[in-house]
Amino acid sequence: MNDQRWHSLFSDYSNSSFIDLLRRESPHLVPGVAPTPAPEFIEPVHGTTVLSVRYRDGVIMAGDRQATAGYQVASRRIEKIFKSDELSGVGIAGAAGPAMEMAKLFQTELEHYEKVEGENLSLEGKANRLSQMIRMNLPAAMQGLVVVPIFAGFDEKAGLGRLFKYDITGGRYEETNFDAQGSGSKDARDSLKKLWKRDMPRDEALQVSLEALIDAADEDVGTGGPDLVRGIFPSVKTITRSGFGDVPEEEVRRLCEEILAERSRTGNGA
Amino acid sequence: MPLPYYVSPEQMMKDKAEYARKGISRGRSLVTLEYGDGILLVAENPSTLLHKISEIYDRIAFAGVGKYNEFENLRIAGIRHADMKGYSYSRGDVTAKALANAYSQALGNIFTQDIKPFEVEVLVAEVGDTNGSKSEIYHILYDGTIEDEKNYAAMGGQADEIRRFLKDHYSENMTLNDAVQLGVRALTVTQNKTLTERDLEVAVLDRTKARRKFRRIPLEALSQLLGTAR
Repeated sequence: MNDQRWHSLFSDYSNSSFIDLLRRESPHLVPGVAPTPAPEFIEPVHGTTVLSVRYRDGVIMAGDRQATAGYQVASRRIEKIFKSDELSGVGIAGAAGPAMEMAKLFQTELEHYEKVEGENLSLEGKANRLSQMIRMNLPAAMQGLVVVPIFAGFDEKAGLGRLFKYDITGGRYEETNFDAQGSGSKDARDSLKKLWKRDMPRDEALQVSLEALIDAADEDVGTGGPDLVRGIFPSVKTITRSGFGDVPEEEVRRLCEEILAERSRTGNGA
Repeated sequence: MPLPYYVSPEQMMKDKAEYARKGISRGRSLVTLEYGDGILLVAENPSTLLHKISEIYDRIAFAGVGKYNEFENLRIAGIRHADMKGYSYSRGDVTAKALANAYSQALGNIFTQDIKPFEVEVLVAEVGDTNGSKSEIYHILYDGTIEDEKNYAAMGGQADEIRRFLKDHYSENMTLNDAVQLGVRALTVTQNKTLTERDLEVAVLDRTKARRKFRRIPLEALSQLLGTAR
């Protein structure tokens, strides 16, 4: 009798998981419960292109700012790159609602673990945890609410930036150089394939990322390009040894304007 | 069937309280002070791995003295409470007051219903905003008694002496440097030894930080603050 009481303390290794706590205490708040199929399919809001690029100091994550519902623009200023903790971030593509919920839950999960255990999960551990969350979403994904994020971060042990892509079943694949996700991902990847170089410095890596996003916006109707009229530019983040940082909007604006000016001058990339 | 011995409820509570107080007074002490940029927590704790002070949420910290396994349990329960609340409502809705009340209820129940009371005292601190909202410090005793403290608080073995010392020496809007030195002097007020950075666990809730205000002060920075850096 007494034995059982303390044995259970050892089998409960998920003690530091917020998701397990949520499932136990408030199962209705756990994302991924399959919605009942609607008689007419309602077009959910979709986030479009996000990408991640490895460079000398770590990784860059960038995304356009547009969300679409069918052929309509649903939002022009949506944020798709989220800080998940000091040393990692997620870029979301797919159904915007569930994807943002997933990013929020993932962020709480990492912080919860960190506070309970007093130390951070390894980058590998974080990537695995995200993959389990995507698998949780599979029933909803089968009904059209697909969420496929990119996860990138700085691995303190290995001393380098690493990035992971996922499929809808939660399959996790590590990419060594770059990856893109979302409706404009193919065009962004094509662009990165030609421009990416090993050990790029920060400025060059920023430029390459923005070139790829502009190419994606050029070819894919869902992806928003730099919006000079409203002053909306892609959101770009860097993750290095010293943490997760925003690239200032002024710098992104200047780089975008330079790229566009160069394209209209030479006709290259047009 | 033999009848159990009759013990008057009064006597039982008295015995339990004495038992809990004894356990707590054996432990080392902990002080917390408000300073210019937030709240400072200083504990005498030679271990660098088993913490007495910890982060609960964006602007809330926890500290415990007494029996480690008991306040560790309370600490984790607090993190769960805060994360659940912040996830289902919003981050701004997590408050020290609700958390302190939960601790008070839990400790009160344990004290009256269990044979052995918890031998702990815990402290919940929430740092105010830069826009002028006040910092809050709650002190919860082994029997669920809850007090809100102004400017400073002390718990553990020599809490009374430390509180008297702080009453005479505390001043508002201190720099971090002054606050750390005052905190360490307060901890040594009843002992005739000096505490070095290796005997201390120090953390702050720093309102100038972005979202998560909690920050541990590492060994090197601490020795500089104490003026013992070589």
